[in-house]
Amino acid sequence: MKKMRALGLLLFFVLLAGSPLLAQEAGAADRAPLYKLSIIVGGAVITLAAAAGAFCQAKAISSACEGISRNPGSAPHIRFLMIFGLVLIETLVIYALLVTIIILMIQWGKYT
Amino acid sequence: MEGLEHSVYVADLFNRLFGKPVLALLGLLGIEPRNPHSPVPDYIVMVIIVALLLIVGLGLASRKLSLVPSGRQSLLEAIFQAFEGVLTDIIGESGKKYLPMIGTIGLFIFTCNMIGLVPGFMSPTSKLNVTAGCALAVFVYYHWQGMKAQGPLKYLKHFTGPIPALAPLLLPIEVISHFSRPVSLSLRLFGNIFAEELLIVIIASIVPFILPLPFMAVAIFTAVIQSFVFVLLACIYIAGAVAHEEEH
Repeated sequence: MKKMRALGLLLFFVLLAGSPLLAQEAGAADRAPLYKLSIIVGGAVITLAAAAGAFCQAKAISSACEGISRNPGSAPHIRFLMIFGLVLIETLVIYALLVTIIILMIQWGKYT
Repeated sequence: MEGLEHSVYVADLFNRLFGKPVLALLGLLGIEPRNPHSPVPDYIVMVIIVALLLIVGLGLASRKLSLVPSGRQSLLEAIFQAFEGVLTDIIGESGKKYLPMIGTIGLFIFTCNMIGLVPGFMSPTSKLNVTAGCALAVFVYYHWQGMKAQGPLKYLKHFTGPIPALAPLLLPIEVISHFSRPVSLSLRLFGNIFAEELLIVIIASIVPFILPLPFMAVAIFTAVIQSFVFVLLACIYIAGAVAHEEEH
C-alpha cells in the first residue's frame, strides 16, 4: 500500500513536471517544441515498454526454471509454454518499438 | 531514414532488365507506379530471389532419393521431421496433412530473414507488405481448413460461444480477436526484422568494422526464433480452428 502511494506521488510529480509541455501551443509557425516533445515521448514509450516487458519476461523465465528444476521430466512441455508466453509478451514490446520508430522518424517540422 | 538506406543492387539490375515490360504490363492494367524508373520494388525482387532459391535448392536436393539417406537427404529429412514434430505436438496425428502449408511458410520466412545478412541483399520481411501477405495466407488457410473439418455452419457457430444467450456479446469479441491475429502475426515479424536491420545499420554507421558482428550473430538467433514462432502460432490457430467441440 505504501509502495502504491509512493508510486502515485511519483506519477503526480512527473505529470506536474510535464504539464508545461502539454500546455504548449502546437500550432503556429514554430514546430520546434513539437519536435522536442516527440523525441521525449518516443524515448519514454520505449523505455517504459522495455522495463515492463523485461520485468514480465523475467518473472515468466524464473517460474519456468523453478518448474523445470522441480520436475525435470516435464521440461519440454514447460519450455514450449515459456517460449509461447515470452513471444506474446515480446509482441507488446515490439508494438511499442514500432510506435516509437514511427514517432521519431516522422519529421514533424514538415507537416503544418 | 532515407539517408540510411541505399538501393539494393540486385533490384536495380532486375529493374534494368525487366523494368520496361513490367511498366508496359502495369500500363495495360491502368496502374501508374509511383517511381517509373524502378517499377518493381526491392522487396518483391528479393521475394522472387528467395522463392527461386528455395525451389531450385530444395528441388535439386530432393533428387535421387535412396532408402539409406546420404548427407543432403538426411538434412532435408531433419527439416521435414522438425516441422512434423511441431504439427503433431500441437494438433495431433491428424496434423500431418497441414505440413505442405506450414513447411512452405516456415522455410520461406526463415530464408527471407536470413538473406538479409548476406551483403548486397535485404530481408524482404523487413517490409510490412511481405509479412502481411504471409499472415493473410495463414488467416485464410486456417479458416478454410476449419470450415473443411467441421462444415461451414458448425464452424461459424464456433464464434458464438457455448451459451446461446451470450452470443450477441461474444460474437463481436470473437470476430475482433480473429482479426487481430493477422495484425499481430505480421507486425511481430516485421517489427523484429526491421528493428534488427536498423540496429545493424546504426551500429555499422558508428563503427563499420568488427562491432556489427555480435549483432549479426544475434540476428541469426532472431531469424530462427521468429520463423519458429510464426510456424508455432500458425499451428496453434489451425489447431483451434479444426478442433471439435467436445475436445475443449
